[in-house]
Amino acid sequence: MKVLMLGWELPPHNSGGLGVACYQLCKALSRHNIEMEFILPYFSDEQPDFMKLTAASPRGVTEIIKSGIAYDSYKYRYQDGHEEYHDLYSQVAMYEHAVASMADEMEFDIVHAHDWLTFRAAMRLKIKTGTPIVLHVHSVEADRAGGEHGNPLVRDIEESAFLMADRILAVSDFTRRAIHHEYGIPLDKIEVVHNSIDHDGIVQLEPDNIYRYLATMKGQGYKVITNIGRLTIQKGLPNWLRAAQLVVQREPKTLFLVVGSGDQYQELIELSAELGIGKNVIFTGFQRGKAWRDAFAISDLFVMPSVSEPFGLTPLEAAVYGAPSLISKQSGVAEVLHSCLRVDFWDVSEMANQMIAAVRSSALRDQLLENARAEVSMMSWREAADKVYAVYQRHVAQEVALA
Amino acid sequence: MSKAIVLYLHVHQPYRVRHYTALEAGHNHDYFQAHYDHRTSNERILHKVAEKSYIPTNRKLVELLNRHPEFKLSMSITGTVLEQLEEWSPAALHSFQELVATGRVEIVAETYHHSLAFFYSLPEFEAQVQMHKEKIQKLFGQTPQVFRNTELAYNNDLAYWADRAGFKGILAEGWDPVLGWRSPNYVYRPSYTDNIRLLMKNYKLSDDIAFRFGDHNWAEWPLTADKFSHWLNETGDATNFNLFMDYETFGEHQWEASGIFDFLDALPAQWLKTPGNSFMTVSEACDTFEPNDQIDVPQTITWADTERDLSAWLGNKIQQEAIIDLYALGGAILRTNDLALIEDWRRLQTSDHFYYMCTKWWNDGDIHAYFSPYESPYDAYINFMNAYHDLRYRLAEKGVSV
Repeated sequence: MKVLMLGWELPPHNSGGLGVACYQLCKALSRHNIEMEFILPYFSDEQPDFMKLTAASPRGVTEIIKSGIAYDSYKYRYQDGHEEYHDLYSQVAMYEHAVASMADEMEFDIVHAHDWLTFRAAMRLKIKTGTPIVLHVHSVEADRAGGEHGNPLVRDIEESAFLMADRILAVSDFTRRAIHHEYGIPLDKIEVVHNSIDHDGIVQLEPDNIYRYLATMKGQGYKVITNIGRLTIQKGLPNWLRAAQLVVQREPKTLFLVVGSGDQYQELIELSAELGIGKNVIFTGFQRGKAWRDAFAISDLFVMPSVSEPFGLTPLEAAVYGAPSLISKQSGVAEVLHSCLRVDFWDVSEMANQMIAAVRSSALRDQLLENARAEVSMMSWREAADKVYAVYQRHVAQEVALA
Repeated sequence: MSKAIVLYLHVHQPYRVRHYTALEAGHNHDYFQAHYDHRTSNERILHKVAEKSYIPTNRKLVELLNRHPEFKLSMSITGTVLEQLEEWSPAALHSFQELVATGRVEIVAETYHHSLAFFYSLPEFEAQVQMHKEKIQKLFGQTPQVFRNTELAYNNDLAYWADRAGFKGILAEGWDPVLGWRSPNYVYRPSYTDNIRLLMKNYKLSDDIAFRFGDHNWAEWPLTADKFSHWLNETGDATNFNLFMDYETFGEHQWEASGIFDFLDALPAQWLKTPGNSFMTVSEACDTFEPNDQIDVPQTITWADTERDLSAWLGNKIQQEAIIDLYALGGAILRTNDLALIEDWRRLQTSDHFYYMCTKWWNDGDIHAYFSPYESPYDAYINFMNAYHDLRYRLAEKGVSV
């Protein structure tokens, strides 16, 4: 069976969870008897051994230079030497046209597309070739807009793609219900394929933690509560800071570590000053590698207060690197991780209540972490891959039967 | 050969801690008063269980006692449920009193607060046993002769204590590793004791009624009084069948639609059909049969889970920390002589609180199999510890440093 994967990013050129999830899923899928070709909107010098990577380049383009993250502009360099910058919408359109023009030279039995950025291309392929399309939803526009309506252009793409899809895969039941709720798609058209965690990618922690200041403060009885992620409306950080204020009033020896960057960066700094907890909140900016891992390791509690989190891998990573979690009930990961504290993202006083409990009780922190680690150690991408493969088989068999 | 059924039913409801936050601690002290609609509302749960179980079961039992002069049973009823009945369901309390007034229902001694105090503070344990005895005397005009500890938690030390305290009998789980080749269907003598007798629960027969009765996948379903009596009659190796179970088996764990009340209705007549068969209360069994052997239980056994130990209450770190911290406050709290404070501290000792914090089954994601009014064991712990912190606050207010 030949599968054409349409995706927007893969590590190391990824901005967040989307690229990681695509990569891990494909890797796990390669255990099955399938050939995968993954079409990216840029040239990648990485070449994994389990699938073929192809850049969907418009005619005449010799190089696409990704700057920063997935949602930024790309620079396109042409054969004749001239360069053009394209914003996200025009990239989506260029990707769609490029994929459509490449379709004639490629052989595939099924198309598997990841998130709205590639859905227009998937629809074109279905119209052009009649191949079944499977749409994999890592987030919908309402998630990214923090529960608001979001961008109507993006919503249009999502809606028509969901209607046209042969099958929709959602990274959680939370997302499955969001697709149903936002677009009226029948629930039985949508299947839940939970993300997982890749145990091979776990890096051993080094004995010296990079956050030396925090380590010293902990020695003086301070506790550290951490958020790691993009600082955007989706992530619910203003509520978390308001809860932090209530915590500091009762447990003054509590520090809040904010690891990440995003458009709320300044707003959050201002808010913590306004709340009078400026000296308890530490912003580190975006971190990778050791500084990212050590942030979990130094933490007494990791908090993911997202307004809407389709899956949310970080609580699993927190468990791996040594922090118990408090997560919002509006997250998909709550469906697979039971050993954690949970709260509604809007319930500031309950969020404070649970953080205070974690600050006060080492038994609670230890038990949460021990149980979460036991749960995480049982997780694998294999289950997700098996589900996806079963979907392929069903739809390819259907096509054969119809033909 | 004569054989007796020793039926013993356990009645208990805890004072569940409501959703009580760290922000409230120091302001409100009403940990046990949830809004009526909330899952942790003790009043609502009591109304439900009284209506579904206590009242209809007592009605049936009184009817059976009137119909069969040979029918007898024993029961234990905790102080915490008695207080709730007094406050919220006097009709159900009256139906229990009516039952005991027949003179053929024996009440078993235990701790007033259904606590694990025996393992943490002997003086506190003895105080609660005394409180319970006085409450039973007051409400039922009876003085208990036989002892059971919370969750049937039992070991040699407890038997030794009960012997010294003058009880004629004590109850325990008839757990195979303890019994070895021996049968639970006899009276035994605990090691290191002089006079006391040990009655051990026949868990297979008890669980056939308490757990499996309504299970349509069980090979023996449907269980009839005829079939059950037949099993007992066919068992040669026995003098007394100790059928110990929660009172809520009737109408709550096994719903009325399962036919559990019909089973109960038919059992005495069916059993008494065979000459020599009888019913005995726990005291009668202790008085009637000579001990068959001596039973040695150095480790603590309970009637719960496949492990039959205390791990469902004290198996993890949060359970252990919570109970140790709670008992550590004991001396300071008792010295205040503040009865409301002491009572709140004792209500927090009820074993159910620690059971709700059990994470043994939680990791499997099998949350539906887990009976608790809380969303998670961690929530149970957080509410409990916030109440604990408020106890400390109340002590601090009195100038006691803790």
